Amino acid sequence: MKFATAAAPHLQPRNSVARMMWEVLLALSPAAVIHVWYFGPGLIFNTAVAVLAALGSEALMLHLRGRPVERHIGDGSAVLTAVLLAFALPPLTPWWITATGSAFAIIVVKHLYGGLGFNVFNPAMAGYVVLLISFPGHMSNWTPPNIGDLDYPYLTVLQTLNYTLTGRLPDALTMDALTRATPLDAMRSGLAQMQTVGEIRVDPTFGDFGGRGWEWIGNFIIIGGIYLLWRGIIRWHIPVAMLVTIMLLATISFSINPDRFSGPGFHLFAGATLLGAFFIATDPVSAATTNLGRLIYGAGIGVLVFVIRNWGGYPDGVAFAVLLMNLTVPLLDRYTRPRVFGT
Amino acid sequence: MTEAIQGDGRLAGGIALPARKHLSTAAPIATAPLPSRLVHPLTDMPGRDSRVLVQVGERVLRGTPLSACDETHATVVHAASSGTVRAIEPHPVADLRRSEALCVIIDVDGHDESLPSTPPDPAAWTQDHSIAAALAQAGLAGLGGAVYPTGRKLAEGRRLGLKSLIINGAECEPYISCDDMLMRERADEIIAGTLAMLELTGCPSAIIALEDDKSEALAALEAAVAARQRRDRLAIVTVPTVFPSGGERQLIQLITGEEVPSGGYPPDLGYLCQNVGTAAALARWLATGRPVTSRIVTVTGGGVANPQNLEVRLGTPIADLIAACGGYRDGVVRLIMGGGMTGIALASDEAPVTRASNCIIAATVEELRDEQAPLPCIRCGDCADACPARLMPQLLHWHALREDDAELAGLNLFDCIECGCCDLVCPSHIPLTEQFRGAKRRLWQSRSDEQRARVAERRHEARQQRLATQQAAHHAQLEEVRDSARDPHAASDAIAQIMARAKRDRDSRREDDN
Repeated sequence: MKFATAAAPHLQPRNSVARMMWEVLLALSPAAVIHVWYFGPGLIFNTAVAVLAALGSEALMLHLRGRPVERHIGDGSAVLTAVLLAFALPPLTPWWITATGSAFAIIVVKHLYGGLGFNVFNPAMAGYVVLLISFPGHMSNWTPPNIGDLDYPYLTVLQTLNYTLTGRLPDALTMDALTRATPLDAMRSGLAQMQTVGEIRVDPTFGDFGGRGWEWIGNFIIIGGIYLLWRGIIRWHIPVAMLVTIMLLATISFSINPDRFSGPGFHLFAGATLLGAFFIATDPVSAATTNLGRLIYGAGIGVLVFVIRNWGGYPDGVAFAVLLMNLTVPLLDRYTRPRVFGT
Repeated sequence: MTEAIQGDGRLAGGIALPARKHLSTAAPIATAPLPSRLVHPLTDMPGRDSRVLVQVGERVLRGTPLSACDETHATVVHAASSGTVRAIEPHPVADLRRSEALCVIIDVDGHDESLPSTPPDPAAWTQDHSIAAALAQAGLAGLGGAVYPTGRKLAEGRRLGLKSLIINGAECEPYISCDDMLMRERADEIIAGTLAMLELTGCPSAIIALEDDKSEALAALEAAVAARQRRDRLAIVTVPTVFPSGGERQLIQLITGEEVPSGGYPPDLGYLCQNVGTAAALARWLATGRPVTSRIVTVTGGGVANPQNLEVRLGTPIADLIAACGGYRDGVVRLIMGGGMTGIALASDEAPVTRASNCIIAATVEELRDEQAPLPCIRCGDCADACPARLMPQLLHWHALREDDAELAGLNLFDCIECGCCDLVCPSHIPLTEQFRGAKRRLWQSRSDEQRARVAERRHEARQQRLATQQAAHHAQLEEVRDSARDPHAASDAIAQIMARAKRDRDSRREDDN
């Protein structure tokens, strides 16, 4: 009897790119629910727009590049990019801004650099930074968390959808009336006005550590991160290095001057620190691939986040920090190789 | 009772695999029926064909040597039963590097007569060389799959001096259970062979290593050791059930925590590894004087009716062996010799069982990797975590795609043991191991090209040198003539000589005219 031959190993691989991407999305979903709880349905609409734009861009680029569209589009990577981008956007964002960011992430950052596995920069963060630089006004349209004791008008689901699709608010409402500085914004502008950290934190949107609402999202991001660690989708090196570095720098500066520097709890639970540590900096394609490299990469992001938040031009620095550390990856991969067996 | 101890080391990388061994371990080792035809490749060592000792039409007995060979590089192949040599011709074989090889094909007569034999006398082997020669004549070669000549290995160990002999019962590949069954049923033979190896190598102690999930084999080995007088020289060590714990570098690491140097061999650390099956085969030969003409083969997989372990005559066509196990089942798509991780896919079941055939897997689609095109590498690094050689397959892959040979060498491509762990954990399903095999072949090729170029260059330089020397000698001669021409006395002598010769010529012509 004749048989077809094939190269060893013959056993079926146990993992797949699609499984990894969908598990990351699964891990993110509890935090998304909490996000909607505190900030309204904007995230849902932003995610829908971002995913549609990402899948359309992905299909277009795969077609133009002569790749099998069906095989690649099912890998879930474009969807994950879109969802992470949507997570970074304010709840009130017109569709064309979201779509621009999402399409830029997929077309320019991912496919023009060679597609899945070849992008130098984290697509979601590069897409976000393009929007942050191009539409700074829109990127600060954060509504206050719905925590009950703030006297703010909140949009209904339909009103939010209407704004997302048309960019129009209900009559008699202005964006200024709907939005409020995020804790990081408040901290930054307060410090610039020579207020002390203690004075700034009197604001009711500040919670025990970071911002109210944000803290709860953070808790569920930690749970999602632990799930990813348990499932072996991510490794501990990048999140631990990043978080430890931020907290170390925050602790040192806070103990030197608690009026000028906010404490480690604030840095951990405000802004995108936790999301960045568990879901963004751990993007394997654009991160270092050795364990030592991952530690340095994570620590580098931590340093840059701390520097940008305290002395940079933006209230948060996770996106910039990740993109800057993306640039160091080839160097890290070259100089942090483990010792080969028997050498 | 001798208690087993646990190894000191940890594996770098490795993966837990579905064992799929229970398929073939339910029944005791059976004896495969004699086939009607035996096919003996003249050597199990690829690329080293040896001299044929028999002719077509000649009658052979079980144990008749079919080939003679350089006694240290290969081992003699013997007829596995009595019959008549039908042909000596190329035939399909189970070999990664060639689909066919020169084989002696024997029509079996069914009498199964053996060549008379007497047990060998180890006292006669006074030199390393005579050990190697005697064991090669008996056809003793590594039965773990590599078929490295046992005598050569033991003689080398004896020459270098060993700390410890390691008897490898860590059968880490999925599906294979022949060593497990051997340990369960013939632990005594293994221990006898181990003690003989200690004698032959002058090594003080032996470690018998097996995985910690083989409780029956462990109990049998412990009982066999306890029954021995010299049990203080023997230790049984269990190692974790992780693939590839049975690779010799990995096994040594698991037992001792030491790493065999890159490019080196276990004897560099004072260890020598032998498979449990090889130890048992040595014991048999020492007891009977009969050469190796059979081995235990696991026949398994979802594509064969009755998976089991059998004692099989070498040379039995795999088709006959499958028939002895109830034949194929529907859905069989691949025939593998060896394990699911490193085995060779065979193009035909006409290929015969050799000493390398520890396992035959008839696999169905569900057991095999899908043939979908791989996705690009996403640099997740799971492969690096799984690599037992602590390589970085994700970077090797990147440089192999670009055929960047300098980078590949810098990333220690040649320390890849081709275990397949990286393939199995890769989420993009990239055939990394096959890519690395190809890259190694290309690097070997370019190295041998370089070697050839260097030789050619040396030859060219030597020729230039030679020509220059000749030229110099020529010049020196000319110089000498010129010098003598400059000397006035020499010059007049020369003129006188020329005039004399001219005169002689003239005179002789005149005589001719007359």
